[in-house]
Formats: sequence, structure tokens, C-alpha cells
Amino acid sequence: MSKMKGRSLISITDYTKEDILKILDLAEEFEKNPRQNILNGHVIASLFFEPSTRTRLSFESAVQYLGGRIVGFASADTSSVKKGESLKDTILTVSNYSDLIVMRNPLDGSARFASEVSPVPIINAGDGANQHPTQCLLDLYSIRKTQGQLENIEIAMVGDLKYGRTVHSLVQALSLFNAKFHFVSPESLKMPSSVKTVIKNAGLEYFQYTELSDVIPFTDILYMTRIQGERFPDPLEYEKVKNSYILTNSMLEGSKETMKVLHPLPRVNEITEDVDDNPKAYYFQQARNGVYVRQALIAAILGLK
Amino acid sequence: MNNKRTELKVSAIRNGTVIDHIPTESVFHVFKILNLDKTKNQVYFGTNLDSKKYGKKGIIKISDKYFEDEEINKIALVAPKATLIEIKDYDVIRKENVQLPEYVDKIVKCFNPKCVTNNQNVTTSFKVTRDHKGNMKLYCKYCEKTMSKENIEFV
Ligand SMILES: [Zn+2]
Repeated sequence: MSKMKGRSLISITDYTKEDILKILDLAEEFEKNPRQNILNGHVIASLFFEPSTRTRLSFESAVQYLGGRIVGFASADTSSVKKGESLKDTILTVSNYSDLIVMRNPLDGSARFASEVSPVPIINAGDGANQHPTQCLLDLYSIRKTQGQLENIEIAMVGDLKYGRTVHSLVQALSLFNAKFHFVSPESLKMPSSVKTVIKNAGLEYFQYTELSDVIPFTDILYMTRIQGERFPDPLEYEKVKNSYILTNSMLEGSKETMKVLHPLPRVNEITEDVDDNPKAYYFQQARNGVYVRQALIAAILGLK
Repeated sequence: MNNKRTELKVSAIRNGTVIDHIPTESVFHVFKILNLDKTKNQVYFGTNLDSKKYGKKGIIKISDKYFEDEEINKIALVAPKATLIEIKDYDVIRKENVQLPEYVDKIVKCFNPKCVTNNQNVTTSFKVTRDHKGNMKLYCKYCEKTMSKENIEFV
């Protein structure tokens, strides 16, 4: 684990394939035995400059299961940021009080900057529209767990592929594992060319679709994302496509026995509730896996595992 | 060296640096990038000069100054075909094309309004890359967005 010790995790591309696999193996250990007192005496700062209850609770429960303490804030309203303190000053101050900083911030690139000024490691819990590497790691963990391996997976990503940062990071990571990509989106929300370049550079293939039903028969993972109306320049176009990317239980007929449906959550209406009871629905377990992955990361970065 | 005289249309300098083949519209960008608006050296420049190769061109001459490669290569962002000529006692002692640097720090603004560099006191830093068509791109070290040449704005 020494390679991760003391190092910030800002972008999934900061980690090699080997690093990723080490974290996933460690997370597996924590899944078997989540309550370990290894963080006893450690203080983790949790700085959420914008609210994200789900991610914050996941990190905080990861720390608490390991016997660590948390200081920090859940939104910028309650912090000195509101009084106009610079990010640099906040980070330098908080680093005096903690061994590691978990940070969520609405500005793209804020986490990289924080890692440059901070004497303690930073874990990026989302920097604007840019990166959210712990989400990516928990997605990878969920894929490996349900498919038995990470290599040679066929994955279909559905919805807003243009702005969805989780799908971009997941493509970057899965490109290390020889994945085959299937992108399902409306014309105006297609995967950006910079992301497709990553796939090409890895010598891998991707295919693009506009119909969700086209990919269901063969995909191993169906990764659903939200389509937000405000992303469409033309509200009429949104009205036209908004129901085309909703997954219902009956649509899963004919899918592979081992296929799983993933979603970064929260969902709005893109997966109907009748899917929840289908054994192929995996999004709630996926969220639980986030705790183990975050335990693994914190332990590795603090050099405790 | 007779051709030197014809090439250097704006008055010749004894010692210093000549930057030739600058697109006319980029002359003032080059000024900015090299901080020539703040230098104490003598600076001559010309715009809309005739060029066999490029139609119209700009040229800048700075007396008694030689640049580090790293510094001069930044101008390749706005003048990729510029020629760097170093003069000593009216003789050309070095002549070569500018090269795109690997990194561009400080001088360019990130085009992403939500980038931390546009909202906090952070120095910009870009990696120079090329897309599959060979077009130059700048990749922001912070927000990880890639910007094309049309979006380049100087700080
Ligand atoms: Zn940027």
C-alpha cells in the first residue's frame, strides 16, 4: 500500500491499474470486516463547500466504522468561506487540525489546487463538473463484484453522456481493463470526443446508439444516468427524448442472466421503481460499496493498511 | 551575408534578437508574452510587411537581449511559424523556428469559467497536446478541460 501512502487522490487517472486493484482488494477486506479500530486517534476533515449528503455520509460512516473522528462542515454557508476566505487559506488552516482532508467543492480543478497547497493528503469528493474518483472506484468495485472480474466487460452507459462526470471517469478507468463500450444517448448529449480519444488511444472499441433497447440483450453492465432538462438548449427536444431513456422492469427481459443495472444515484425517474425488486438491480448495493471503497482509500492513504 | 540585409527590413540591430514571420495580428500578443511592453531595451517592430512565404507578416527586434528557449517558445502559441534569429555584431549567430513548449504556465487564461484558476488566486498551467487531426490543444492541469486555439486568451 506504500505507493498510495501520503498521496492525494484527485482524479482517477492519478491511479495506475495496479493502484486501483489494490484499493479494490482492500475494499473487499473491509466488506468482510467493516468495523476495525484502525483510525483510532486520527482526525479526518470533511470539507463540503457544497452540500452532497450522500457522499458526505458515505465518507463519514467509513471514518466512523474505523474509529476515526471527523471535523468539518457540510456546506459553505456555515463556514468561513462565506466570509470570503480563500480556498488556500481554508486548506492551510484545516490541515493543522487533521491527518487527511476529504473535500467537495463546486469549482472545477479546486481539488488539484488544494492538493498542491495542502501539507496533508486530499481526497477529492467531487470538484464541480470535473472528477469524483471515489464514485469511480465504487463503480469499479461493483462491476468486479457482480461480474467476477474487471477485464473484458461490455458496459452500456445511458443518458447524459456529455456532461456526466461519472461516466467520463468510468471510461478512463475501464480503458485500463479492456472494456467494450456502448453509449446510449440523445444526439445532443453524446459522449465528448476527448473521452472517445481515451478509448481509441487504449486501442479499444466503442459504439453509439440512440435506443436503449438496442444494448440490453448483450451488455454485462447497464449504467444508467440522469438526463436533466436544463441541459437541453431546446426544451422541445427534451420533451421528445425524456421518456426514451427510462428503464422499466419489462425491458430487462432477454438481458443476460448476470447483467446488473448500476446508477450513481440519486435517480429521478430514469429507472422505474418496479426495477428495484429485480435481482438485476444493483444500485443500492452499489452505494453501500462506496463505504468499503472509502475505508480502503483512507486506510491506504494514511498508511494503515 | 547579403540576404540578411534584405530580410531585416526594419532597421538592423547590432546585437540582440529578431523574431520574424509573426502573423501581423499576433505582433502585440508576442509583445505581451515576452513582456516587451515593460522592457528597458530598445524594441523595433513592423507589421503588414511583405513576406514571400506568408503574404503579410510582422517582425520584432529587441536590442541587446537574448531569450531562454523556454521563454521564446511560448510565442509559438500565437506565432507557430515564427523564426528566431540571434544577432551578434550584425551577424546571425543562430536561426531557428520556434517550437511549441510542453507546458504553458501563467500566460494563458483557462476558457472554463468554472475553473478554479478563474475564481481563486491560482496560476494557470496547461499541457500542450494535439488532437488526432494534429491540431494544437491546451489541457488545463486543474479543471482537466482541453481548449483549442480559438479559445486561447492571454492573462
Ligand atoms: Zn481550467
